[in-house]
Amino acid sequence: MNRFLIPFGLFIVVVGFLAVGLTLNPRELPSPLVGKAAPQFSLPQLHDPGKVISSNDLKGQVWLLNFWASWCGGCKDEHPVLIHLAESGEVPIYGMDYKDQRNEALGWLKDWGNPYQIVAVDAPGRVGIDYGVYGVPETYVIDKQGVIRYKQIGPLREDILKTKILPLVKELQQQ
Amino acid sequence: MIPEIGHYALILALCVAVVQGTLPIYGAAVSNASLMAVAKPAARGQFLLVLLAFCCLGYAFAEKDFSVLYVAATSNSQLPLHYRLAAIWGAHEGSLLLWMFILSIWMVAVSFFSTHLPDAMRARILGVMGLVSVGFLLFMLTVSNPFERLIPAALDGRDLNPLLQDPGMVIHPPMLYMGYVGFSVAFSFAIAALLGGTLDAAWARWSRPWTTVAWCFMTVGVAMGSGWAYYELGWGGWWFWDPVENASFMPWLAGTALMHSLAVTDKRGGFKAWSVLLAIMAFSLSLLGTFLVRSGVLTSVHAFATDPKRGLFILVFLAVVIGGSLVLYAWRAPRVGLGGGFAMISREGMLLANNVLLVAALGSVLLGTLYPLFLDALDLGKISVGPPYFDTVFLPLMTPAIFLMGIGPLAQWKQASLPALAIRLRWAFGVSLVTAVAVPWLMGQWTPLISLGLLLAFWILTTIVVDLRERLLQAEGGGGIGGRLAMLPRAYWGMVLAHCGVALFIVGVTMVKGFEVEQDVRMNVGETATLGGYMFHFDGTQQVNGPNYVAARGTFRVTKDGGEVTVMYPEKRRYFVQNQTMTEAAISPGLLRDLYVSLGEPLEGGAWSVRLYHKPFIDWIWGGCLVMASGGVLAVSDRRYRLAWRRKEAAVPATAQIARPTVS
Repeated sequence: MNRFLIPFGLFIVVVGFLAVGLTLNPRELPSPLVGKAAPQFSLPQLHDPGKVISSNDLKGQVWLLNFWASWCGGCKDEHPVLIHLAESGEVPIYGMDYKDQRNEALGWLKDWGNPYQIVAVDAPGRVGIDYGVYGVPETYVIDKQGVIRYKQIGPLREDILKTKILPLVKELQQQ
Repeated sequence: MIPEIGHYALILALCVAVVQGTLPIYGAAVSNASLMAVAKPAARGQFLLVLLAFCCLGYAFAEKDFSVLYVAATSNSQLPLHYRLAAIWGAHEGSLLLWMFILSIWMVAVSFFSTHLPDAMRARILGVMGLVSVGFLLFMLTVSNPFERLIPAALDGRDLNPLLQDPGMVIHPPMLYMGYVGFSVAFSFAIAALLGGTLDAAWARWSRPWTTVAWCFMTVGVAMGSGWAYYELGWGGWWFWDPVENASFMPWLAGTALMHSLAVTDKRGGFKAWSVLLAIMAFSLSLLGTFLVRSGVLTSVHAFATDPKRGLFILVFLAVVIGGSLVLYAWRAPRVGLGGGFAMISREGMLLANNVLLVAALGSVLLGTLYPLFLDALDLGKISVGPPYFDTVFLPLMTPAIFLMGIGPLAQWKQASLPALAIRLRWAFGVSLVTAVAVPWLMGQWTPLISLGLLLAFWILTTIVVDLRERLLQAEGGGGIGGRLAMLPRAYWGMVLAHCGVALFIVGVTMVKGFEVEQDVRMNVGETATLGGYMFHFDGTQQVNGPNYVAARGTFRVTKDGGEVTVMYPEKRRYFVQNQTMTEAAISPGLLRDLYVSLGEPLEGGAWSVRLYHKPFIDWIWGGCLVMASGGVLAVSDRRYRLAWRRKEAAVPATAQIARPTVS
């Protein structure tokens, strides 16, 4: 065995790790809630404050929960992606209007379009705390039994949707 | 039009680089003089082309050409001209161009200062540098083109990151890159020697000045980065063990080891394979740093905008360059031979031990930097490695290294006697120990770490005194002390100066860690806070308008024992374009202490949360680095190198040469 080959051997190991590292995202923080039951909520609806939407009503289907706010810049970035997804009808999206003013939220949806089935109002941000929201936008994939299967921190992009979220949704819908 | 010229110049430079990277190396292999002769003009031509591209990008910034994507992304019409020009290296694409530009400067330098080298050696060196530049030019032209157009043009640019709008930023990256890229010269010398199969003392003598110059730039560059973090981030810290800082520190450690190892190869013919490996390592770590900063595999405050394609390109480049060199090393190094033997207690032995310690320190920094990545890749969780780890592993490795630093220069080559060394150094050790214990005690705060730090610093200084005294007593002729001092070669003085720099650095670190005081206070207008014997009177803030920001500027009158010391103006700036707030700390520097005031958040009624620091000796940290670097400069100016470079030119008026005795 040639001992002068040792540096090369070590280098190969490091390159291997770097190559794997390229496919990972160090900013992607794992959510302790993935795999756990989605926290329950029962909140007034944005478009009809007299009515209540409860997470229990949504059981039996796979759905997305999207935390957003009219004051949030990233939400505007991801908005076309949501609209597009809503038009495709592949999975229902429920909105969670997070720490927002009702009028501004309504105006925002009117201007930019409404991809949501129903929007719940979380003005004090309590549900956001239950879900461990770092910042808006955040999106959760919740299965038929009400278990969180995936969490996206930050704006959704078409590629994330195509490679991660939609395949997961299809798989969950077949279960 | 101008950006297209720059783009075109880069494409031409790539063509030239391909020629430079192939024909001369082939020519050297088949001993074809005309093919080898291609290297020099190719290197110079490449330099001119890259210079042209660099100027084109500079022009686009100066003229606010927001139809160039990179210009629009990193500058703004309100940004002052000097920062617009510094914005050339303010983000990924342009900093690569700077990297490439500096590489071409080093190539031209080699082409001019290599007349004393054999033709084949020079052809191989420039050829290897040409291959490196092929990689970087390809990288730029494929996935990081700074001349990419933005059609239609932006109305205005997105501005340079406010953190980078700072005089330190104007010079820190060029300095650092001069160091990073400078190691490519030592690397090319090593690869050329492996290719040619001639690894001898002459090779080491040629490599030494290049390595030392690159190391000097690197030292200044790293020190400036640390200074920038100190006054720009507003936390009063000077080193954070951030992955990007580590990325610059690792090549520095490898370069330091390389300089010392080359000294042995030069003087005694030993450590050949080891020197070659260190030369490969120093440049490999520079490349690794590039990868870490630009690929997004690690989180860091400095990270450039990331793109997986770029990461993949650099990784492949890294694998080819480093992997190729290490295979070449494994193939060729066994034939190199080991050089003269030596006893463990000898100057070689101490330098070897020092080298091993430096490389161990380097390995521990590398491990700490990559550890989060390793764990993540193995799916073992997400962690971050912070200062506690680095402080814990670094101190025990550096303590013996610095202890040896004192003894090494006094030990004889080949075989030294330990008892004799102990007798020669007993006074040095005694004086250091007493001072190290007494000084913190007199200053009113004694801890083992403060004493250890001071012991190491005094040890370096006192052993230098012993060494100087012995050398002066031994030196022949020259009458007075002045004459005898002048007889010592500059290379020796360079070493003395650089080692003194290390001592100053250690004093700085020890005193800051041991004696700094800080205070986080809420201050109303007219209130006074006391810290380290200084009184800070807060006179409130007023609004100040900058070219592209608006600032709240606080006024702090500082008094000590009733006498006015200084007035300090820390600022909280809001930059318009990116709507980002920046803390501009006010620092009153001094030889023995810095006062540091930074504004936190505004509170009701004109009050502010304010951070105050009293940092004794902190400027010694950077002062020590500058002294180290000047030691390097002094060493490079030694007569033996100047003689070597002049040898060819001097051949003509040989009769006019005066024979002078050389001391070495």
